[in-house]
Amino acid sequence: MANLSNTRQFDLAKQSVRQLNDFLHKNAAAERVTHIRVEHPDGAHSLACGLNAPLEVQIHGHVGYYVAGMNKLAAVTVHGNAGPGAAENMMSGRVHIRGFASTAAGASAHGGLLVIDGDASLRCGISLKGADIVVGGSVGSFSAFMAQAGRIVICGDAEDALGDSLYEAVIYVRGKVRSLGADARFEPMTDRDLVDVAQLLSLAGLSHKPSEFRRIASAKSLYHWHADANQEY
Amino acid sequence: MTRLQKEESAAFDRQTIDYIQRAAASGLYEIRGLGAKRRVPIFDDLLFLAASLSRYPLEGYRERCSSKTVLGTRFASRPIELATPITIAGMSFGALSARVKEALGRAATAVGTSTTTGDGGMTSEERESSKLLVYQCLPSRYGFNPDDVRRADAIEIVIGQGAKPGGGGMLLGQKVNARVARMRTLPEGVDQRSASRHPDWTGPDDLVIKINELREITDWEKPIYVKIGATRVFNDVKLAVHAGADVIVVDGMQGGTAATQTVFIENVGIPTLAALRQAVDALDDLNMRGTVQLIISGGIRSGADVAKALAMGADAVAIGQGVLIALGCNSDSYVSKGQHLSAVEDYAKLGTAPGYCHHCHTGRCPVGVTTQDPELELRLEPEVGALRLRNYLKTLTMELTTIARACGKQDVHHLEKEDLVALTVEAAAMAGIPLAGTSWVPGQSAE
Repeated sequence: MANLSNTRQFDLAKQSVRQLNDFLHKNAAAERVTHIRVEHPDGAHSLACGLNAPLEVQIHGHVGYYVAGMNKLAAVTVHGNAGPGAAENMMSGRVHIRGFASTAAGASAHGGLLVIDGDASLRCGISLKGADIVVGGSVGSFSAFMAQAGRIVICGDAEDALGDSLYEAVIYVRGKVRSLGADARFEPMTDRDLVDVAQLLSLAGLSHKPSEFRRIASAKSLYHWHADANQEY
Repeated sequence: MTRLQKEESAAFDRQTIDYIQRAAASGLYEIRGLGAKRRVPIFDDLLFLAASLSRYPLEGYRERCSSKTVLGTRFASRPIELATPITIAGMSFGALSARVKEALGRAATAVGTSTTTGDGGMTSEERESSKLLVYQCLPSRYGFNPDDVRRADAIEIVIGQGAKPGGGGMLLGQKVNARVARMRTLPEGVDQRSASRHPDWTGPDDLVIKINELREITDWEKPIYVKIGATRVFNDVKLAVHAGADVIVVDGMQGGTAATQTVFIENVGIPTLAALRQAVDALDDLNMRGTVQLIISGGIRSGADVAKALAMGADAVAIGQGVLIALGCNSDSYVSKGQHLSAVEDYAKLGTAPGYCHHCHTGRCPVGVTTQDPELELRLEPEVGALRLRNYLKTLTMELTTIARACGKQDVHHLEKEDLVALTVEAAAMAGIPLAGTSWVPGQSAE
C-alpha cells in the first residue's frame, strides 16, 4: 500500500530516463520504495524497462518504445498511450496500458499479463511465449504471428493474417476477423476456454460475456517441413 | 573396341545433374549444414610482405608481441578484455549439444577469449564454463530473458548470418528434444523456425531505440554488438554505427550454419574478404576506427587468416566451423574413455564420409558435435573437446604473433594493410590491396 515513506515521484521534465531506471533497478529496494509515480513522460522510450522487483509504477502520460520491456515481477501502468514494443519480452508481473498501444505490444513475452484498454496496432503478441494479453479494442494485422504459447483475448476486431504460423498459443476474438494467417483456424470454444476467457476478462476489468468469443488455434499442418507446404512454410 | 566418352558438360556437370535429379525426386530444396563450398576469393589469396631492409623484424620466438584485445569501448562501462583477438562465434544450443557448449566455454576461458550463445538461449553449462560470454538477441528470442541478459558479459543483436543473410533459421524436429523444446517454448519434435525479422523493431531508426533499451536494462555496463550477414556491408556498417553499436560483427558468406537451404548458402551474400574491406571503409568514412570495434567472421581457419583480417582492419575475428572441426567435426573417429573409435560407418549411414559431411541438420553427427541424440552426444567428451579446441586456438594465436613479429609489430593490432599484397586480380579488387609485384589496386589506381 502506498504511503509517503514507500513512494517516490519522478518528473521526467526535470529528471532523465537513466535516473529513473537506475533508481528502479538499484535504489528502490535499498530505500524500501515500492510505489513510483512518473510525471511528464512525454513519449520517452525505455521507461521502467528491465525491472526485477515487485514495484508498482504509475506513469502519467504517453510513453514511447519499450515501456516495461523485459519486465519481471513489477506492475506498470501507463495512463496514456504506448509506443512500439510495450512490455516486450515480459517474464512476469502486469503491464496495463490505459490508452492505445502501437506495434508489437507484448512481443515475445514469456509470462505475466498485458492489458491494453484501447486498440493495439500491428503484430500484437508476435512471437508470444507464454504471457497473457487482453486487448479491450481491436488489433492490427499479423497479430500473434508465430505465437508459441500464451493467450490473447481480443475484445474488438482483428485485421489480416491473425495468428499466422501459430504454435501453441490460443487467441480469443469477440469481433470480426478480416483474415486468418497460414495454419490458423477457428475451433469450438470448450468449457475450459470459457473459464479462461472469463478469468482474463476479470483480471483486465472487462465485463464481456465469454460466450461472445471465438477460439483460434494452430491447425499444426506446418509443424513439419514437407513438400506440400509449398511457399506457406 | 568402343571408346568410352567422358566429355563432361561445364553447365550440366555431374554435380548439377545430381542436383536436378534430387530436386525432381523430392520436390524439396536441400537443407544442409556448414558453409559455402564454392570457390571464392579468400585470405589465401593474400600474402604478407614481411620485414627486410625497409622494415625491422622482431625476434621470432622470444620478443614480446601483444595479442590483447579490448572490445566495447564506445559506450559500455565494462568493455570485454581478451588475451587474443580470436573469439568463438555464436552457435546455438540445439544445433550443438550442451556438452559441446561446455567444451567451447572451457577452451575459450583457458585461452582468455569469449564464446557466444546462439538461437535457443543460454545454457547453464556454457555460462558456468565461460568466463566471458556474449549473449545473442536474435529475431526468434527463443529462451531470451532478462536474467541471462544481466549475467551476460556482452549482448549481440543478430541482424543476419553470413550463411543466410535475410533468411531466418530452421532447426529440424529431430534435434528438438525435451530440453531444447523447453528452452524455446515449443513442442518437442517440431521443425522449429526462427524468424528473419526481429519482432519489436523494423529498421535502423528503431534499432537505435532497441539498443538504448538494452543499455537501460543493463545500466550501460555491457557492450552491445550488432551482427550482420555480409551483403550491403558498407551501408549496413554505417547504420549499425549510427544505431549506437559498440562492436560490429560482419559475417561473410563462408560462415557456417546448422541448417539452411543450399541455394541460400551458395548464392546469397558476399565473400568475407570483400565484406571486411567494405566494413573497414565504412568505419574509416565515419572516422570511427578504434571507437567502434570490428569483428570479422566467415571461413576464418588459421593464424594466417587472422593476421590478414587484422591487417585489413579488423579488431578481432570469430570462428565457428573451424572450432567445430577442432572438436572433431568431419574426423573419422571420436574419443571415448581414451580410445579412438571409428565413426566411418555412421558417416556412411548418412550417405557421406569424413571430410565431406555437412549433415548437421540431421542431428546424427557421427562424432557427437551437432547432435541432441543422447547416445551420439556422448561421443564428445567436454574435457577432450576443450583440450583440442584450446590447442587449436593457441596454435592460431601463435601463428598470428609469428607473422606479426616477422612484420616488425610488437602488437598484432599494429598489422596494417600496407603489409599485404594480393595474389589474384579478384582478391586485389575485393580487398583493395595491390596485386603482388605491382602497385595496382584494381578500381583504385593505374600501374
